[in-house]
Formats: sequence, C-alpha cells, structure tokens
Amino acid sequence: MARIELNNIAKAYGPVEVMRDINLTIDDGEFIVLVGPSGCGKSTLLRMIAGLEPISGGDFTVDGKRMNEVPPRDRDMAMVFQSYALYPHMDVARNMGFSLEIRKAANEERVSKVQEAARTLGLSKLTERLPKQLSGGQRQRVAMGRAIVRDPSAFLFDEPLSNLDAALRVEMRLEIARLHQRLKATMIYVTHDQVEALTLADRIVVLNAGDIQQVGTPLDLYETPANKFVAQFIGSPTMNILEIEPKQGGLSLKNGANLGVGLTNAQAGARELGVRPEHLNIVSPEEAHISGTAELVEHLGSDTNIHANVPGIGQVLVREHGHFALKSGDPVGIALDLEKTHLFDADGRRLAA
Amino acid sequence: MSTLRNSSPLAVTGKYLALGFYVAFALFPLYWLVKIAITPDKLIFTEGTALFPSEFTFENFQTVLIATDFLSYFKNSVIVSVGTAAITTAIAAAAGYAFSRFVFRGKRLIIALMLITQMFPLLMIIAPIYKIVAAVGLLNSLTSLIIVYTAFNIPFATFLMQSFFDGIPKDLEEAGMIDGCTRFEALRKIILPLTLPGLGATLGFVFTAAWSELLFALMLINSNDTMTFPVGLLTFVSKFSVDWGQMMAAGVLALVPSCLFFIFIQRYLVQGLTSGAVKG
Ligand SMILES: Nc1ncnc2c1ncn2[C@@H]1O[C@H](COP(=O)(O)OP(=O)(O)O)[C@@H](O)[C@H]1O
Ligand SMILES: [Mg+2]
Repeated sequence: MARIELNNIAKAYGPVEVMRDINLTIDDGEFIVLVGPSGCGKSTLLRMIAGLEPISGGDFTVDGKRMNEVPPRDRDMAMVFQSYALYPHMDVARNMGFSLEIRKAANEERVSKVQEAARTLGLSKLTERLPKQLSGGQRQRVAMGRAIVRDPSAFLFDEPLSNLDAALRVEMRLEIARLHQRLKATMIYVTHDQVEALTLADRIVVLNAGDIQQVGTPLDLYETPANKFVAQFIGSPTMNILEIEPKQGGLSLKNGANLGVGLTNAQAGARELGVRPEHLNIVSPEEAHISGTAELVEHLGSDTNIHANVPGIGQVLVREHGHFALKSGDPVGIALDLEKTHLFDADGRRLAA
Repeated sequence: MSTLRNSSPLAVTGKYLALGFYVAFALFPLYWLVKIAITPDKLIFTEGTALFPSEFTFENFQTVLIATDFLSYFKNSVIVSVGTAAITTAIAAAAGYAFSRFVFRGKRLIIALMLITQMFPLLMIIAPIYKIVAAVGLLNSLTSLIIVYTAFNIPFATFLMQSFFDGIPKDLEEAGMIDGCTRFEALRKIILPLTLPGLGATLGFVFTAAWSELLFALMLINSNDTMTFPVGLLTFVSKFSVDWGQMMAAGVLALVPSCLFFIFIQRYLVQGLTSGAVKG
C-alpha cells in the first residue's frame, strides 16, 4: 500500500534536461497510466520511481517519506519490464521466487507463494521450464508472476504488452485489470497505446516531451482535453482539427462555411476547432455545414470510417455507427455536433466557454 | 542453411570438399608433428617425406619424460599460464563490467590508452621491460613472466569481457536489483552465471597466449630451473644436431594441457545461454 508523491521532479542526463517540474500525486491503490509518444520520458519517470535512475531534482515521497536516494531493493516496488527480463539460467519457479530467495524467506513460504501465483497465471505446468522454452505470452506471465509473488506496495509496468500480438495483448490487458481489482495495489503503468490507457486507468497522465500535459480520468481526457496534443493523442481515430476564422457574428471555417455559433469572450483567441470523427455525421446537403467527396470509405462492420475531402479545408474523417452505404467518390454533406466541438488558441490550449 | 533450399548434390559435395580441404590444411602440421614424434630416429631422414612411417616407437616420449628436463619446463609453463590466465581474467572481468555498465570520467581516455598499448610491436619494448625486471630483481623468476604476460593481455581480454557483458541486457541486473539484490549480488547471482562462456573464452585465450609465448620467456629467463616449455624446446637444438624426434614428442605432450583446457571450457563456450532472457 503506498501513496506516491512527485514534487517538482526533474531529470537531466549530463547537461541535457529531459524532464522538469513534474508534479503528481498517486493515491493508495490507484491505477495510474503514463501515456505519451515514444521518447517523451515515460520510462525515465517510471525508472526514477523504481530507483533505477537517479532523480536530478525535487522530492519523491512514498507515504510521506522522502525516498529519492533509497536503492531499488528497499523501495518495495515490483517492476515488469518491456523485455520481461527473465533470468535465463533459472527455471520459471526460481524466476518467480527469486525475490523471496534473496530475502531469505522460508522455503515453504516461497514454494507456496510461487505455486499460488503460478496457478493464478495458468503457469502451473510450466514451473520447471527455462524462459527460452516459453512463448512470448508465457514469458510475459512469468514476469507478472515475479511481481505478484513479492506482494509489493506498488507495481510498476513499462510497456509490458508491447511485445505481444494483438489478441494476446487484449487478453493480458484484461488480466492486468483483474489483477488490480483483486490486489487493490497501487499500479503505475507506462504505455504509448492510448487504448491500453483508456481501458486500464483510474487516472491517465499524458506526457509530451518531458512535460505533463494533463492528468485526469479517461472520460475527462476524452471530453475536456486540456490542449490540442491531448485531444489528438486520446481517442481513436484521431480528432479532426479544422482552422477557423473568428468573425463578428459567429464562427466560420477556413472555407467560409459559417457554423452559426457565437464565441464567448474567453474564446476570442480561438484559432482551431477540434471535432472527433464520431461527432461528425453524414447528412443531406441542406443540413450540412460542409460538403465534399468521400475519398475512401472503410467498412469495419461495427463502424464506417469516411475519409472525405472538403474543398478549402482538406481531409476530414467521419465515423458513422454500423454499416453505412457509401462508396468512394460519392458526394457527402457533413454536419458537426456543435455541442461536442473544442476550440484551441494559437498555442494549442483548449478554450472553455 | 541447406535445409532452407534444395541444394543440388553437386553443391553439397563441393561444400564438403572445401570443408575437408580446409580441415586437412589446418591439421596437417599437427599430423606431421605426431608422425615425426612416433618415427624411430633412424627412419627420420630415410623416410623423410613418407606419409606413414614403416615403424612406430614411443621411445621419443620416454626419453623426453625421463632423460630431459621436460617435466620441469612443463610444470613452469603450467604455473605461468594458469597464473596469467586467472589473474588476467579476473582483472579483465572487473574492468570489462565497469566499461560496459558505468559512465565515469576518463572512460574514453582509458579505452584509448589501452588500444594504444596494443599498437606497438613487442620487440620495441623488450629492452625497457628487461631493465625494469632486472631492476626489481625478478630476472629468472616465473613471477616476472606472469606479471609481464598479465600486463600485455589485459587490454584485449578487457575488450573481450566487455563485449560479453554488453551482450547481457541491462534489464536483467535491474530486475535483480528490484527483486532485492545489491548491485554486487545481482552481478554474482545473475550476470556471472551468464558470463561463464565469456570467462571461459577469455581464460582459454590468455592461457594459450601465455603457454606459447617465447620472446619474453627467452629474454627474462636463462636459468634451466625456471625455463618455460617454449624456451626449453630450444634445448633440443644443440650445436651439432637437432633431436627432431624428441622435440616433436615434447611438442605433442605440450599440446595436452591446451586440449584438456579447451575440453574443460568448451561447454561454457556454447552459445545461447542468454536466450530467453528478453523477447525473441
Ligand atoms: N541514458 C540516457 N542518456 C541520455 N538521454 C537519455 C537516456 N535515456 C533516455 N534519454 C532521453 O530521455 C528522453 C526520454 O526517454 P524515455 O524515458 O526512454 O522515453 P519513453 O519511455 O517515453 O519512450 C528521450 O528523449 C531520450 O532520448
Ligand atoms: Mg520507454
């Protein structure tokens, strides 16, 4: 059980500062997902929490106790590596029980804990195998088992599923969610996959270039993204961003289409409008805000993605529920759900009404 | 490889012919060594070029073992080679680990210096080495050879060990440290077992280098008591004749420890000990 606090955490590699002023409080038992594009500093942040990477500035506390200089072995945190990092010369059981072996736990305790973890993870028949005799998914489970056996105060995951194929990834994602429900331990999970983030997290931390962009529940981030980066990173397919020209008497798009909505004072500096594909609809020409031609229509069964080319605006992606009878080259009229649009200023900040 | 595509019988034959030729080429001098060692003295010159001698004898071996100082040379060589291999490998392993895992000031400089030491022909530094060894009073001692060989082998052995450590993912010792190890424990319980092939290769390399070194052994040793085997071999060449048979018999015997050594470490040289550690 652990409440983890990061206060003005900074990280520099030599003269290169990769992270500054990171502030974050993680509640006991919370499932936090750190998400962001590759190279944004997710792993670095996680490794500072684990103690594998020295913290260059700020305070890192666990349950109120400053831990900046505490070595990894005394932090009581377990970590699942992207590479799994199984000990190749030890069999599955010894891999899973290694932490107890190091702590000189009693033999019976170790064996029973390893057996229990192996049973939960469906590894009971494999305990005598070496890592090289396992499939990718099984190795992943062993890596999880190694963490579970320890019963740590916090679990750290660094992109644990990114080496698995799609089907296995979904399965393991469920398993991790179940694990969290059962253990109710603090979990910090790093991924670049926003679907993993949205499905697993109590709260998501969106990082970009070493900065926290926004912290919030999955729904918060989806409905009220703090800026254009978060808006485009969260949600799939990606949000459409359309340039606007704020005119007297209402909002109009670059091609002159007037949306017939006024701007509040706070929104006076708006430069761009964001709207998710699912908040656009194909409508008859009379009801349309904008119109163009369907360039590519993807029939996914559950949804239909229409990539439309709108003169004066460019590519716009529309997502319709279910099967939508439309082919490439058809003319389309598109209406915006004006309740669900977002306005961004010149710096990409979202402007609330 | 050949299972991937259907090679024509001609290509397969060609491949084995080439392999066979290479093996014969490489092993022929060895065969000749053994052949002359078991040829009776009286036949050495009369049947000089015959592939098989018409008579065999183990007399040469007997003479070498009983009537010469071969056993003493042999013992000296074992002491020097094992000592050099053990000390060099221990130092190289520690240095290689540091080079592989730590960032520290002067790392590039040290690596550059170590490379530079490898650039000079040994002949150039024989005189200064002789003076130094003489000054500290270590001439004619096996210790001097161990020290000199260790110094010369450390750079290469260090690079060798570093490359083995580089091949072991950092994640493994980090996982170990998260699991409760100190860095040293992680090194001992996780990294060391995985480096056994590297240690074996380095031991073998240094051992053979020390075993067959002649130049320094010749310069630094001239008492019969402390001669190593390569120097001792030269005593079979006298002013008026060369004892070919005995010399070759001694050579064959000298191969024995190298062979034993490699048989002993070859199981550690088998690749793939780290497979399964990480994805793939
Ligand atoms: N050892 C290092 N030395 C210098 N820069 C590093 C080092 N490790 C990571 N970085 C830099 O820190 C940034 C964050 O890296 P990382 O945390 O691995 O990103 P992520 O896990 O989000 O993909 C990157 O820009 C990377 O270049
Ligand atoms: Mg990473």
